[in-house]
Amino acid sequence: MRAGAFRAEAPVAPILSVRGLTKRYGGRVGCEDVGFDLYPGEVMGIVGESGSGKSTLLNCLAGHLRPDAGEVLFDLGKDGMRDTLALSEPERRRLARTDWAFVHQNPRDGLRMTVSAGGNVGERLMAVGARNYGAIRASALDWLGRVEIAADRIDDRPAAFSGGMQQRLQIARNLVTGPRLVFMDEPTGGLDVSVQARLLDLLRGLVRDMGLSAVIVTHDLAVVRLLAHRLMVMKGGRVVETGLTDQVLDDPQHGYTQLLVSSVLQV
Amino acid sequence: MTQAEIRGEAPGADYTFAYLDEQTKRMIRRALLKALAVPGYQVPFASREMPMPYGWGTGGVQVSAAVLTPEDTLKVIDQGADDTTNAVSIRKFFQKTAGIAVTEHTGEATVIQTRHRIPEAPLTEGQILVYQVPIPEPLRFLEPRETETRRMHALEEYGLMHVKLYEDIARHGEIATAYAYPVKIEGRYVMDPSPIPKFDNPKLRMAAIQLFGAGREQRIYALPPYTEVVSLDFEDHPFVPGKAEGACALCGSETSYLDEVIVDDRGGRMFVCSDTDYCAGRRAAGYRGEMAAEEGGA
Ligand SMILES: Nc1ncnc2c1ncn2[C@@H]1O[C@H](COP(=O)(O)OP(=O)(O)OP(=O)(O)O)[C@@H](O)[C@H]1O
Ligand SMILES: [Mg+2]
Ligand SMILES: [Zn+2]
Repeated sequence: MRAGAFRAEAPVAPILSVRGLTKRYGGRVGCEDVGFDLYPGEVMGIVGESGSGKSTLLNCLAGHLRPDAGEVLFDLGKDGMRDTLALSEPERRRLARTDWAFVHQNPRDGLRMTVSAGGNVGERLMAVGARNYGAIRASALDWLGRVEIAADRIDDRPAAFSGGMQQRLQIARNLVTGPRLVFMDEPTGGLDVSVQARLLDLLRGLVRDMGLSAVIVTHDLAVVRLLAHRLMVMKGGRVVETGLTDQVLDDPQHGYTQLLVSSVLQV
Repeated sequence: MTQAEIRGEAPGADYTFAYLDEQTKRMIRRALLKALAVPGYQVPFASREMPMPYGWGTGGVQVSAAVLTPEDTLKVIDQGADDTTNAVSIRKFFQKTAGIAVTEHTGEATVIQTRHRIPEAPLTEGQILVYQVPIPEPLRFLEPRETETRRMHALEEYGLMHVKLYEDIARHGEIATAYAYPVKIEGRYVMDPSPIPKFDNPKLRMAAIQLFGAGREQRIYALPPYTEVVSLDFEDHPFVPGKAEGACALCGSETSYLDEVIVDDRGGRMFVCSDTDYCAGRRAAGYRGEMAAEEGGA
């Protein structure tokens, strides 16, 4: 099944609404005037060559980088759409460990390497007030199972895990609190092809089962083909083309996208 | 009155009263006042070189120097004992530089500097307990970045503290942390009570003022009298202070914290109160442990 066959029904309110997002590093453009809406349950892929501004954009969305201009509106439920850039730091950090999740390319950036797998998964639960060891451990076991890590590895440290296992552990650690929006930066980067395929499969299942909304950055078009409903193509910090994934990949309009797609086909 | 006396210096001494110059003491007192106003919060201070190595409690010594007055009576303990090298040299240091009275009796002291223990006898209002602290940051274990731990304190993000306890239980089946057991102060700051045994944690809520000084790390924190102190735990693994595993061989106490001591070269051992003054006080009052007869007959 292709991911693109989504969102045919009645319009719903977006969960994330981005307007005019701009970030410069001194004189250099990080990303410029980026805007899009993300709907509940939707996966947005961001592709583009190295240096095109994908990570900059993602980090601005997730509150890791402060943009120079623009708005990042997030649906806070009862509080409605709020500009996350205008939230106080405690509010933003709270959001980051409840409703949001961030999966780093390098699992070392997203895991605590000196803490057991169970402790890594349990941390977000404890951060939001879980104080029952048995319940925390049961959740950790459940989540290790969901990302296909054997239960008897629960007390091992991630340093003893393969790259693919570390990445799956990072995903479990992020999803345990049931976030609504997940940011991922090259989640399959640096992994062997067969390991990538398994991880992608797993991610696709989790996104579907949990009804997650996600923004996923990658330079690998196979990843977006499998995961993303919609696509944004970036070049020099700007979005040059956007649309349903299959549409963009099969019938690219912008010259740069055509190059991008054809170069992948040659690989 | 001599100039030295007017400046508050011990008569005839080459030192300023209690070694530190007045400006430094003022700086430390300001840090102490701030620490008392925000219980459990680590206040940075400009730690001075002291004529002893860091491991000897330079943080505690500086705090003591800043609070001592000529009228004070000082007691110094190390692991509960008044007669260890560390305790003796700090006591001598203040006798020499401040010319103050010293005591081994908890009840007579107005200022008590300690390393690794809280005296068994309940402290009273008006007394000050000064702790020597090696590592003031309770979050250091899992988060080495100072900028990050500061932010965690500021935003009350203490999930990590429970991760440490979780790891304990996962590895040992129970919370194995026996020293420097983390506490939450007045429902706000998480604090390292210095490496006292967790046995002493329930005593942290007390009538005396408690001041904590970390010399190498340049931090001061404090607990005003009767501050609420809660030891962190899980619902299904509650904090257990632990209790004495026997009775003191000398005074028979079944409630005090005991040290194991080797008594001969044949591996013979006995348990005695780590608080030497408490133990001596009980013996003076007629209490006897099972080895006390031998001691009396010697
Ligand atoms: N911290 C920084 N300081 C200065 N310039 C930066 C910084 N981070 C990124 N840039 C620049 O901003 C532009 C966008 O970089 P960004 O990392 O967002 O690209 P990317 O699309 O994620 O690339 P890659 O695929 O290599 O990860 C590039 O020109 C980059 O050199
Ligand atoms: Mg990048
Ligand atoms: Zn005794």
